[in-house]
Order: sequence, then C-alpha cells, then structure tokens
Amino acid sequence: MELGFFLQLLLNGLIVGALYGVVAMSFVLIYKASQVVNFAQGEFLLVGAWVCWWLLTAWQLPFWAGFLVTLAFMTAFGVILQVVVLRPLIGEPVISVIMVTIGLSIFFQALMKWMFGVFAQPFPSIFAADQVRVLGLEVQSVYLLSLAISVAIMLGFWWFFTYSKHGLAMRATAFDQQVAASLGVSVPRVFAMSWAISAVVSAVAGVVVGVVNGVSSALSFYGIKVFPAVILGGLDSIVGAVLGGLIVGVLENVAQWLDAEVLNWGNMYQIAPFYALILILLIKPYGLFGTEAIERV
Amino acid sequence: MRESVRVDAETPILEAERVSLRFGGVRALTDVSFAVRRGEIFSIIGPNGAGKTSMVNCVSGRYRPTEGRILFEGRDITRMPTRRRAALGIGRTFQNLALFGHMTVLDNIMVGRHHLLRSGFLRGMVYWLGGAQREEIAHRREVEEIIDFLEIQHVRKAVAGQLPYGLRKRVELARAVALRPKLILLDEPMAGMNLEEKEDMARYILDLNEEWGMTVLMIEHDMGVVMDISQRVMVLDFGRKIAEGPPEAVLADEHVKRAYLGEADEAVSEPEEAVA
Repeated sequence: MELGFFLQLLLNGLIVGALYGVVAMSFVLIYKASQVVNFAQGEFLLVGAWVCWWLLTAWQLPFWAGFLVTLAFMTAFGVILQVVVLRPLIGEPVISVIMVTIGLSIFFQALMKWMFGVFAQPFPSIFAADQVRVLGLEVQSVYLLSLAISVAIMLGFWWFFTYSKHGLAMRATAFDQQVAASLGVSVPRVFAMSWAISAVVSAVAGVVVGVVNGVSSALSFYGIKVFPAVILGGLDSIVGAVLGGLIVGVLENVAQWLDAEVLNWGNMYQIAPFYALILILLIKPYGLFGTEAIERV
Repeated sequence: MRESVRVDAETPILEAERVSLRFGGVRALTDVSFAVRRGEIFSIIGPNGAGKTSMVNCVSGRYRPTEGRILFEGRDITRMPTRRRAALGIGRTFQNLALFGHMTVLDNIMVGRHHLLRSGFLRGMVYWLGGAQREEIAHRREVEEIIDFLEIQHVRKAVAGQLPYGLRKRVELARAVALRPKLILLDEPMAGMNLEEKEDMARYILDLNEEWGMTVLMIEHDMGVVMDISQRVMVLDFGRKIAEGPPEAVLADEHVKRAYLGEADEAVSEPEEAVA
C-alpha cells in the first residue's frame, strides 16, 4: 500500500467532509431552533449555486460581486420560506412539516431544471492555477479554497453562538421557547433568522461544490449525505454535525480505496457512510454528541 | 374611563379584571379580579390545583384568558405576546426551574438582558466600530452587580445545569432580575429549599422590593414566609378568589380555613395531585 496515495485520500476526505460538515451544521441549526427536519437542505445548495452561476454568466458579474448578491438573495430566500411556508405550520404534527419540506425539495429541483436546464454547467474559471502542491500532495486550488471557507464558516458559527446577542437568543430559544419569550426574546424572529443563516451557509457550500464539479441537480444529493453526518453526530449538536461530516467524508474515500484495492464490491463510496451510521446507532442511539431523550414514566 | 393610559402613583401596576380561563371543560380560573399596587409584595396562595400558576401565566402571557382583561400600568396587555410584556417590564421565574442547562450562569443572565441590548445583528458584526462593545461593557457591569447581589460570584462561569438546586433557584432569580422588570412574578421561589435557603431567598426578595424598587407578585406555599414578607395576600380555591387582604386578616378568614383544612364533605372532593 502506498502511503502517499492513502494520505491523498485522507486529505480529499477531510476537504469534502468539511463541506458536509458545513451543510450538516446548517441543517442542525434549523432543527435546533425550530424543530423542523429540513429535507430541502440540499436544494438550498442547488438554488444558491444556480443563482450565483446565473449572475456570473448571464450578467457577467465578477466572482466576488456575484457571490455577495447570491448571499443577499439567499438571506431573503430563507426568511421568506420560513415566514410564508413554515410559520403557518407551527403547532402542526411533525409528519405534516416533514411532508412540506419534502414537497419543497421536489418543487425547487423541478423549478431549477425548468429555469436552467438539466445539464451540468461549469462555473467560469476563478483560479489561474488549477493545482497546487501542499506538503508533497497534489491539491486542486478550489479544494483549498473550499477548506478555507468551511473553516471560516465554522469559526463564524462558533463566534456567533458564543458571543453575539442573537446567538445567545437562539440557544435560549432552542432550549425552551416559552422561557426565552418570557425574557424578551422574539421567537418568530429567531426562527426566521435560523432559516436565513442556514440558507446562506448552504448556498456557500453549493457555490464551492459548483465551482469544483459544475452546477447540476446532483448538488441536492448533499442534502441526503447530510443525514448520516447529522445522525452520527447527534441531531441537536453543532459540533457533532461538523465531526459527523468529517467522518462521512473520510469514510467515503477510504471505502472507495478499500473497494478498489481489496474488495471489488463496487459503489462502496456511496454506501459506506450508511453502514457506519447503522453501526454507530447500534452502539449510541442518540449519536455521538446528541442529547439523550430521557422519558420518565 | 381607564381607556386613556395615564400612569401615576395611584394607578395599580397590575390589574386583573374578571379573568376566566378554560381549557375545554376544565375551568382553571373563574372571574378573578385583583390589583397589585406599585411597590408592594403581593402573594397568591391556595391549595394545589387552585389556579395560582394559571393566573401568573395569564399575566406573563403564556396563557390568554378566555374572558376578562389584564392591565399593566393602566394599559391593556391581554393580547400582547410574551416577549413584549417582558420588554414592558414583567419578569418571571418558573415553578419547575427553567434554566438553560447547557449554558454558563453568566450566559443565562445575559439572555435576560436581551431586550436591553440594542445593537442589532449588523452592528454586532462590526463589533468594535458600532459601539456594541461599549454597550456590552455597560451591560456586563450591571450583570456583575446582580451577581454580587445574589451572591453567585463563585459559580458565574459554571454550567448552570450542574449546580445544586438552591443555587440554580438563585441563578434563575438573577436572570429574571437582569431584565430590570418593574414587576417580577415569582412562582414558588422557595419550593424544595431548606430553612436556611428560604431565609436567604426571603431576604433577596425583600431587598429587590425595597432597594431595587421592584413590585413582587409571588406564589408560595410556605405560610411562614408568605405571612412575614407580603403586604397583601390573595387566596384562590378551585379557580375562584375566596379572600384578599393583609396576611393576618386572610388567615383568620373562615373560607380560607375551610379551603385549607377542609371540612368533612370537602375533604373528600379536594384533588390530591398538583395541577401545575
């Protein structure tokens, strides 16, 4: 076995895993703040990436400008989605809310196909050099950028929840909405804000993946990959989501290598995370960092 | 008559006018009226399931009365959402401790400052430029004052959920005080405490009332404490008001004696379990 090749796989896994972690974090954010399981998380990536691609190609905006406009658009998108679609569902059974987010997911996939077609579209090139060497390993420059952005977002989350007034209000709301309201926190605003932040952060991930692989409906598959990541880490733990994402990213790559070298079963890249998911849930049913729901009878 | 909002020393800080609350067929409150004067300590007592917590929940906004009105400083707040009542100056603690268990004591108290922190999201992002930092320092000073007052300096960085019960009760009080409320609602502040802790808590409540100028509306089961520190007491039984007045007068009241000691026929029908 070649050590260099293995390290390369590990690095790729960490880079992709960091992106999974970012998406998983924004999924957990919505779940924690408003107890909604958002099956349309992957479509946030899709919508963000298409909007950014459209601004860059149809309007010929420079990358930074198109990117900023995309973020502004996604903020409004998240708020409107929450206020128009999800706010009326407060107090409805969980299954209804889940059906609605699945509906949203199908709707936005179809809408994007209708507006931008069914073929993958490449982003205009952003970097002069496609590949750079880091510690003897070949790395695509976009991957490096993606890693940097992922880490920046994670630090941003940490700062937001530790030091900002709104982060504190969100943590309070996640814990107990009634108590938070009795302390002057506006719960509807916290809900809207959590959807906005989640949409923006997912869109950033969407743009990064779009730059690497091109924009296509495959992006929404990230919404599915988020489930093993999030359940591994525990549904309500943001740190867990990051770790879960990294684990899934590494697992995929290692599984693919094992498959190619030894097993020859095929397609391990896709299923290995889900095997790991089942194993971990057998041992720790609430995920690695999740809160155990204790019921007194 | 009271439609024009005029606040003077005579206006009660809180008025409940013929408040009724029903959950389906269950009548939690029936036609309860009372007024709390500015600057007093007013207690609500009554047997388990009498509707005390329901009454407080109507004041704080958790429940909306089926009938009747609630006025705060002469202003109708019956339909106002909870958080706006908090911003007006109504703070509360909960019967079953409701601290944010994973947060530090300091963060718990800072949530209580939420409506007083004016810096919005964007100003917060340009932390050093927008004056958000200056604002936070001023807030921290006041929070420290509250921490000193309630003698919880030694646990300020501790995770709230891991503190012993008596301390958690004090942290919850600190969080409510951090709101700087004009009226503070205390739902059984001394439940489950030993004698020494109760004495401390009684002292804090008196200080809040006298030195910090807060009007106190309190539910408490410990008769000794209620009689010692409240100016006036209201007694609820099965959702109805059966007495109101100074502690001694209320204790001497025939209806009250009957509600608490129970006569032969009523003792049978009295619900045993607590309905919170």
